[in-house]
Amino acid sequence: MGRIVLEQVAKRFGDAEVIPALDLEIEDGEFAVFVGPSGCGKSTLLRLIAGLEDVSGGRILIDGADATQMAPARRGLAMVFQSYALYPHMTVRKNIAFPLRMAGLDKAEIERRVQSAAAALNLTDYLDRRPGQLSGGQRQRVAIGRAIVREPAAFLFDEPLSNLDAALRVGMRLEISELHKRLRTTMIYVTHDQVEAMTMADKIVVLQAGRIEQAGSPLELYRAPRNRFVAGFIGSPRMNFIEGEEAGRRGAFAIGVRPEDIALSREPAPGAWEGVVGVAEHLGSDTFVHVHETGLAETITVRVSGETPCAHGDRVWLTPREDAIHRFDAQGLRIA
Amino acid sequence: MATRRSRAAARMMMAPAVVLLLGWMLVPLTMTLWFSFRRYLPMRGGDLGWAGFDNYVRFVSSSAFWPSIQATLVIVGGVLAATVALGVLLALLLDQPIWGQGVVRVLVIAPFFVMPTVSALVWKNMFMDPVNGLFAHLWRLFGAEPLAWMSEASLPSIVLIVSWQWLPFATLILLTAIQSLDREQLEAAEMDGAGPLSRFVHIILPHLSRAVTVVILIQTIFLLSVFAEIFVTTQGSFGTRTLTYLIYQRVLESQNVGLGSAGGVYAIILANIVAIFLMRIVGKNLDA
Repeated sequence: MGRIVLEQVAKRFGDAEVIPALDLEIEDGEFAVFVGPSGCGKSTLLRLIAGLEDVSGGRILIDGADATQMAPARRGLAMVFQSYALYPHMTVRKNIAFPLRMAGLDKAEIERRVQSAAAALNLTDYLDRRPGQLSGGQRQRVAIGRAIVREPAAFLFDEPLSNLDAALRVGMRLEISELHKRLRTTMIYVTHDQVEAMTMADKIVVLQAGRIEQAGSPLELYRAPRNRFVAGFIGSPRMNFIEGEEAGRRGAFAIGVRPEDIALSREPAPGAWEGVVGVAEHLGSDTFVHVHETGLAETITVRVSGETPCAHGDRVWLTPREDAIHRFDAQGLRIA
Repeated sequence: MATRRSRAAARMMMAPAVVLLLGWMLVPLTMTLWFSFRRYLPMRGGDLGWAGFDNYVRFVSSSAFWPSIQATLVIVGGVLAATVALGVLLALLLDQPIWGQGVVRVLVIAPFFVMPTVSALVWKNMFMDPVNGLFAHLWRLFGAEPLAWMSEASLPSIVLIVSWQWLPFATLILLTAIQSLDREQLEAAEMDGAGPLSRFVHIILPHLSRAVTVVILIQTIFLLSVFAEIFVTTQGSFGTRTLTYLIYQRVLESQNVGLGSAGGVYAIILANIVAIFLMRIVGKNLDA
């Protein structure tokens, strides 16, 4: 129903190689998230799958059929764009019905499908409005509605939440996740936000400069990042990296410790790293303490559960959990 | 622009321009109205006194009046249809990434820089001359009898000349409108299964509706007063006498300023009727 396989897919714009040949499999019903810094080629990869860009090499298989040269509409994929790309002169009803009209369905069937999509997305009251009269979240839902009426083999999302404010983003994130649980259709989702990736994905694909750095379940990536890039990208606040003597003592070029794996104490402890508090961010549920002057790295971030009475200039001692330390070699690769 | 003081200052500074423009419009308008009620024959005794509504009655009861209205509307309608249709197609072409895009765009605008008198003369003598014109040679190449454009196809000839002049304007406005279309909308339509023609009809054309409205409104205002193209080609004969040309003939050829002024007042009324008509039909596009 929606198994997508990329075989040696590559993309070049002129002389610039945006995506060197890569392989990737996305299973039927899987929620795959492409994540990476801006300019890493994740959107281009999605557009290659959609057919909006031509591949420079390799093959794209959808449900076993070679779709490399297929027109976008014939691939059976639906896409939700970053700008929503709603048709401004059409009502919500016509927007959602557009792909069905293009497919030549009869009027009764179109109306039935539009109604059921609108009901599923809480849009029934807005069917006769224009996109310009809707809020950001509603427009987002219309874009999703236009995608689901086609009953596609897979959904493609290109940073769909980046135009929404923070509160709405959390709500829409849940809605999309629930939609996936309900429809059980393959979804490919592009984002630069690692929180979205962690919370929504069955499989995260971390990209950098067009290369897949690592692909796996969110917790796999969190527990065993393959290299320093993935380690730094997954997890918030990001992992602390320490090079030099402290790393050498543990048989590595660099070590990484997540902020949640460091204990903070206000008394000297044997083997602990001593430092001075720069900023303490009090979130209520957690406190992020940024510690300077440790002699190990410029800043070491520590996450303390709950409230802790830390202030600028306090002297503190940090103890990392030895079994939670990630070790990396000089090439940045993980040492098992 | 927020404070009362700055608003007052703005009014003060705008006042000279407003007064100048008002005078510019009001003086000729008042003079036209004044002369339209006078028997004023410059070569035959000058101002011969009050005429009442005689001039108005004579102007419309003349056998030349209704044909002139018809000719005016045919020229305006024909040029609008040609420039909008061809303008959309040209704009679509120019929007494609091609080599030498900048040069091509300048060339497309070029006809707009040619003076109406000059372009009409070039068309008349270079293309449409029944003996030496390029069209005549073309016709003969295919063994056909050359067409005497100015007498046999006078109105289409003038529509052709004026359309050639106004096509760059329409193309330019429509091109900028096409360029402002969100590419993601076209891509979304492509994913939704819309072919090139469907994308044009359902996405591009509705997006252009506002620009088309602007083109139609602005062109209509200028096309109602087309004059030079008629003056240097047919001199108003062969059914090309528009309202503007008829007024010119009344004032200068018949030397009847009163009668011509009455015609001028009719022209103002016609322009306003067309403007209201257009505003109601296409003006709602501007609100949306």
